[in-house]
Amino acid sequence: MYVAVKGGETAIAHSLDLIADKRRGDRAVAELSLEQIDQQLGLAVDRVMTEGSCYDRALAALAIKQARGDLVEAIFLLRAYRTTLPRFGDSVPLDTTSMIVERRISGTFKDIPGGQVLGPTYDYTHRLLDFSLAASGERPQAPTAPGGSAQSLPRVGDILERDGLLEPPPQGSSEGEKAEDLTRQPLTLPASRPLRLQNLARGDEGFLLALGYSTQRGYGNNHPFVGEIRFGGVPVSFVPEELGFAIEIADIDVTECDMVNQFAGSHDVPPQFTRGYGLAFGHAERKAMAMALVDRALRAEELSESASSPAQDEEFVLAHSDNVEASGFVQHLKLPHYVDFQSELVTVRALREEVEQRNRRAALDQAAE
Amino acid sequence: MPDSNIEGGAYNYAYLDEQTKRMIRRAILKAVAVPGYQVPFGGREMPLPYGWGTGGIQVTAAIIGRDDILKVIDQGADDTTNAVSIRRFFAKVADVATTTSTEEATIIQTRHRVPETPLREGQIIVFQVPIPEPLRMLEPRETETRTLHALSEYGVMQVSLYESIARFGRIAKTYNYPVMVNDRYIMSPSPIPKFDNPKLDRSPALQLYGAGREKRIYAVPPYTPVKSLDFDDHPFEVESWTECCALCGSRESFLDEMIVDDAGKRMFICSDTDWCERRR
Amino acid sequence: MSGALLSAPILSSRGLTKRFGGRIACRDIDFDLWPGEVLGVVGESGSGKTTLLNCLAGRMTPEAGTITYDSAAYGPVDVHGLSEARRRLLSRTEWGFVNQDARDGLRMGVSAGANIGERLMAVGARHYGDIRRTAADWLDRVEIEQDRLDDRPTTYSGGMRQRLQIARNLVSKPRLVFMDEPTGGLDVSVQARILDLLRGLVGTLNLSAVLVTHDLGVARLLTHRLMVMQGGRVVEDGLTDQVLDDPQHAYTQMLVASILPV
Repeated sequence: MYVAVKGGETAIAHSLDLIADKRRGDRAVAELSLEQIDQQLGLAVDRVMTEGSCYDRALAALAIKQARGDLVEAIFLLRAYRTTLPRFGDSVPLDTTSMIVERRISGTFKDIPGGQVLGPTYDYTHRLLDFSLAASGERPQAPTAPGGSAQSLPRVGDILERDGLLEPPPQGSSEGEKAEDLTRQPLTLPASRPLRLQNLARGDEGFLLALGYSTQRGYGNNHPFVGEIRFGGVPVSFVPEELGFAIEIADIDVTECDMVNQFAGSHDVPPQFTRGYGLAFGHAERKAMAMALVDRALRAEELSESASSPAQDEEFVLAHSDNVEASGFVQHLKLPHYVDFQSELVTVRALREEVEQRNRRAALDQAAE
Repeated sequence: MPDSNIEGGAYNYAYLDEQTKRMIRRAILKAVAVPGYQVPFGGREMPLPYGWGTGGIQVTAAIIGRDDILKVIDQGADDTTNAVSIRRFFAKVADVATTTSTEEATIIQTRHRVPETPLREGQIIVFQVPIPEPLRMLEPRETETRTLHALSEYGVMQVSLYESIARFGRIAKTYNYPVMVNDRYIMSPSPIPKFDNPKLDRSPALQLYGAGREKRIYAVPPYTPVKSLDFDDHPFEVESWTECCALCGSRESFLDEMIVDDAGKRMFICSDTDWCERRR
Repeated sequence: MSGALLSAPILSSRGLTKRFGGRIACRDIDFDLWPGEVLGVVGESGSGKTTLLNCLAGRMTPEAGTITYDSAAYGPVDVHGLSEARRRLLSRTEWGFVNQDARDGLRMGVSAGANIGERLMAVGARHYGDIRRTAADWLDRVEIEQDRLDDRPTTYSGGMRQRLQIARNLVSKPRLVFMDEPTGGLDVSVQARILDLLRGLVGTLNLSAVLVTHDLGVARLLTHRLMVMQGGRVVEDGLTDQVLDDPQHAYTQMLVASILPV
């Protein structure tokens, strides 16, 4: 005799116990601290902050710990927390020109005012596994040259723009106009530049990387050069209503990428290079570069270029860049769908029955002849 | 509004902050004023993943109050994991009474079914919607589908039904069956089986539909005509079974198929657990 | 048909000008098209004839000029002054547009029957059997085997697709049909049959049409009057036979002379 199964609640509670246990792992192994994650897995923290749209290293580290290192899951946790935070207003736009630069390079010129500051990067390492890291207690040597934090380096883009070689930055919101906020309002298409950049900034790094890569391989090539990448600290300022002037409320690290792309222009209109822009929290050059490539690709229509490849298709890119949305919907297939499936079963059976009936009748008719 | 504490942190009543609730309620009012029209809203990240009911949760969170009695079902059952998870969520953040009884509930949040027990005036049913756009599979572009709705250009939908008949001899759509609301907008009733479509027509209850990931809310006010699309010579039909429910004997309800042994023996049981229990 | 006195042109253009950036595609185009007439627009590639057609059909917006259409539903209307809703409705009911590549004018992913039936369903036809019968009837009229009704255009040859596109347009009994190189890209023998088909249908249904082509033979066969375009301007116009037998403008003379004798 079939008894309808109950006990969903108990099953869920047990599942939660199991995951808490897995998360901790072998009790004999030391527990990870948030400081360890922040310090020694800092690039993971940077990614979670960027795609979680929330600059808080401790919270991001907590999310990574809770998610057992699954960064997309950690991003989800941070975003869900962000939803609950009260909003005071908008900051003054970041002034990245006055960034305290730890690293700053340009691919367009061999040397630039302020120099090519190589800073900390994996770019010049050989990708050989370093087994000395497997044992702990090693103290790395102190840097031989001074760390070199340079201040207020002029932008390569400004220099090119001054000579009319590079278009001015595309219009965002006008001065004094309240910025649109993708986390508060739905995306409407065609998208304004602020919403597009917000979407890309919090978009999945892998997705944007693939799309950016595709443009380089010919799917909407826009001949990119790295005008400038800079990484370092910028202050965040806010104007409280009561004071009426700006105060610094935080210092954050950001990575910024200015791409210099295919020039537009014609016989009558003097040609200029065009721009792509990328920005990320922390040190995230791959993300900032991919974002800049895709930003430029999505400007195809604006720049009267033919837009035929996936990276240039605004609806395709912006609708699918959010990995929290994507992960949710892909994984929702694990939810019960047995009622929908039952409907399909009923219909498929009926259709099969009809076909078999027709075949039987046809066979009978043939036999009768 | 007094806060409820969740696991040490402090959250607003029903989780969402008041600004967000106001924003959602404005979207709901607009949706009720234009039955079947998809209203964009600034959906928030919720503690459950997209695709798992965040739209329904946001709608419920915006309208629920301490006096409400909440029922949550998934596939018609109160005890499926998703229903349990959402019911626990609201019990915690909204400090609200919950029930498995359709009759007692003031708000029913549902995934993929309409309860068998007829709803009454004053009840609100909140549907979880994955893809709010009924034309999406025919036209992937949002910019184009918006225009089609605005201009009532629904030829493409009728073409897909024609094609189904040409191919299968019948309209082979079985769930998420498109409907015309108030003679104006074509709407997706969410992936409920077509069996449930007739319950939507002129229902005394208020129907609210929430799509969290796609960020759309739509609504059907009470007593609004909701007509399933068809052809005059291929009229809309619901599913039927030769069997009845093995537990309560019902011949009127949607039946789930259970495979009960290795040999593939099957049993049919009411999908609506509350309905089934009451009859036994 | 609009009454006993056919005193108004069905389509008029005054001063139509269209630019793309700095380049002028067509300039100061004036003409009147009368009910039942087929007007040909000929010229080489780059002459501006396709741009003109797209402006007339409401697919592109001109920089200057007015296009007036004498509609059955609303009387004379300024095509580009209409709301998008009305223009889209007109283009699905009173107008037809036959594209050079049939794929641009068909839904390749649904059956021929659905393709032909779409215009009927778009204006409210709801009887599957009737729609299917009408579609089958039209397949017949465009000389496609009726047992191909449930096949998708992906399984059709180029010539069949073009016939299907014609049927899909004519099922709503349009008054005005725009055609852009309707036989371009097809085999010569296939072309001939489709031209015959078009000529028959235009006559039986008393259609008015604007036909763009670079092929003077097509123009000779299908059109009553001809406009010759060069560099975006109309350089000569008149009755087709007159223009082709006795061309006045140097460009027209060159076009006519360069037809290879067969």
